Amino acid sequence: MRRSPSDPPSSEITPESVYRSRRDFLGDGMRTAGTALAFGGGLLFLVGRGPPTDPLAPTHPTDSPPVGPTRAPDEEPLTSYDAVTTYNNYYELGLDKGDPARRAGTLKPRPWSIKVEGEVKQPQTIDFEQLIKWFPIEERVYRMRCVEAWSMVIPWQGFQLGKLIEWLEPTAKAKYVEMVTLLDPVQLPGQRSPVLDWPYVEGLRMDEAMHPLTLMATGLYGKELSGQNGAPLRLVVPWKYGFKNVKSIVSIRLTEGQPKTTWALAAPNEYGFYANVNPAVNHPRWSQATERRIGELGRRPTLPFNGYEAEVAGLYAGMDLRKNF
Amino acid sequence: MRRPHYPWLRPGIWIGGLAPLVAITLRSLSGGLSANPIAEIMNELGLTALILLVCALACSPAWYLWGWTWPARIRRDLGLLAFAYAMLHFLVYLLLDQVLDMAAVLEDVAKRPFITFGFLALLLLVPLAITSTNKMVRRLGFKNWQRLHRLVYLAGLLAVVHFLWRVKIDWTQPLTYGLIVAALLGARLVPWEPRRAR
Repeated sequence: MRRSPSDPPSSEITPESVYRSRRDFLGDGMRTAGTALAFGGGLLFLVGRGPPTDPLAPTHPTDSPPVGPTRAPDEEPLTSYDAVTTYNNYYELGLDKGDPARRAGTLKPRPWSIKVEGEVKQPQTIDFEQLIKWFPIEERVYRMRCVEAWSMVIPWQGFQLGKLIEWLEPTAKAKYVEMVTLLDPVQLPGQRSPVLDWPYVEGLRMDEAMHPLTLMATGLYGKELSGQNGAPLRLVVPWKYGFKNVKSIVSIRLTEGQPKTTWALAAPNEYGFYANVNPAVNHPRWSQATERRIGELGRRPTLPFNGYEAEVAGLYAGMDLRKNF
Repeated sequence: MRRPHYPWLRPGIWIGGLAPLVAITLRSLSGGLSANPIAEIMNELGLTALILLVCALACSPAWYLWGWTWPARIRRDLGLLAFAYAMLHFLVYLLLDQVLDMAAVLEDVAKRPFITFGFLALLLLVPLAITSTNKMVRRLGFKNWQRLHRLVYLAGLLAVVHFLWRVKIDWTQPLTYGLIVAALLGARLVPWEPRRAR
């Protein structure tokens, strides 16, 4: 082999074994990093696409200053506006709790009209702007207990459903009120996926609907409802599980028969028509004895009728609440 | 000295396998976990455990089907990672979700099948983790060790049922994982021609 004088002396040539082990070392480092990236990235991807925490659950508020002692006491601070508007069950806008807040832009709450029909003196379509001028808007601070065993305390604005029903002049046959969410897969893209039978339908017995605690909410925290909270008009029944509180209502129908409500149809052994908050009657798959108040660590005991027992227990006198869950 | 095959494989799996834990920790510290962080932490830990268990169950079929031997080198690591995530998942439930309310935990485990199944799956993994060392394989004898470690099949099935019953209405994901687990267990019943190691 010819060597030129500028070549390093042969004593400085890196021995082959060292050269190889250095190359192995660098190569192994890269491969370790590559394996870690591929495997870790794959895990993160799959976990990130995991199903929602516990799907479902329209939110639902609680408590009212005007109606006596039901106002959430001071040791129950309001849930933050941020949590109330980013942690929602509104399957029509996605199954994950964060989806509705991200996707609510597709829902256009104006112009909006509500059909009133069925057992009323005069079926008609009412414009939302007109409707909210007819009834005084009140503030109600209510607990809202989701059937998934979490809860919030929310300051709502709205009017009593009972006042609207009185104004509609129900016929003698009106025994129930059925309310329906907008059916429009463009505004509510979750309706393209058949997880539930759309549109979402909920209902109340007439005496429940007429109860002074029952609210038609138009806002929370002094602001108009956001899409994810059911803009522009949603039901709030504080002593029932959140899924009763149908959102973005386009139809109110008074009926003689009990309405066929969405969750009761989807899983009749798990969700009943009444859905009163009841720590003594567990969901078949999980306990309802306690709840996590959003924003708090630990759990609170769940109260019968979500703490509104004094006001509403009389509505169910003599009924077996285990059967009528 | 003979250089081991793929010396980078196991460190890579451990670093990558801990990535979900790091991600969950960082997100809890930064408040990036939604308004109900405990539920989210539990879900992510549990799902990671299931995915890792599925990976561990896939190692043997990868050998029968394609003659791959490298998955066998990381099977123990995958199993131990799965166990670690399952244990963390349970500890978060016990300490943060139920705050050591033992009456509530016992009632959950005894009366709610989805929790019972998850708890049984975790219990089945405990002896497998304990006997995962080479020393324990020798002490038990390979045949006995192998028989004992077949418990992982049951743990995989229980974990899937646990997941399925947890979900409220959209069963797509639990069913997908269930089909994968069923396929991986089914692959063990087929008398494959033994493959040459590659």
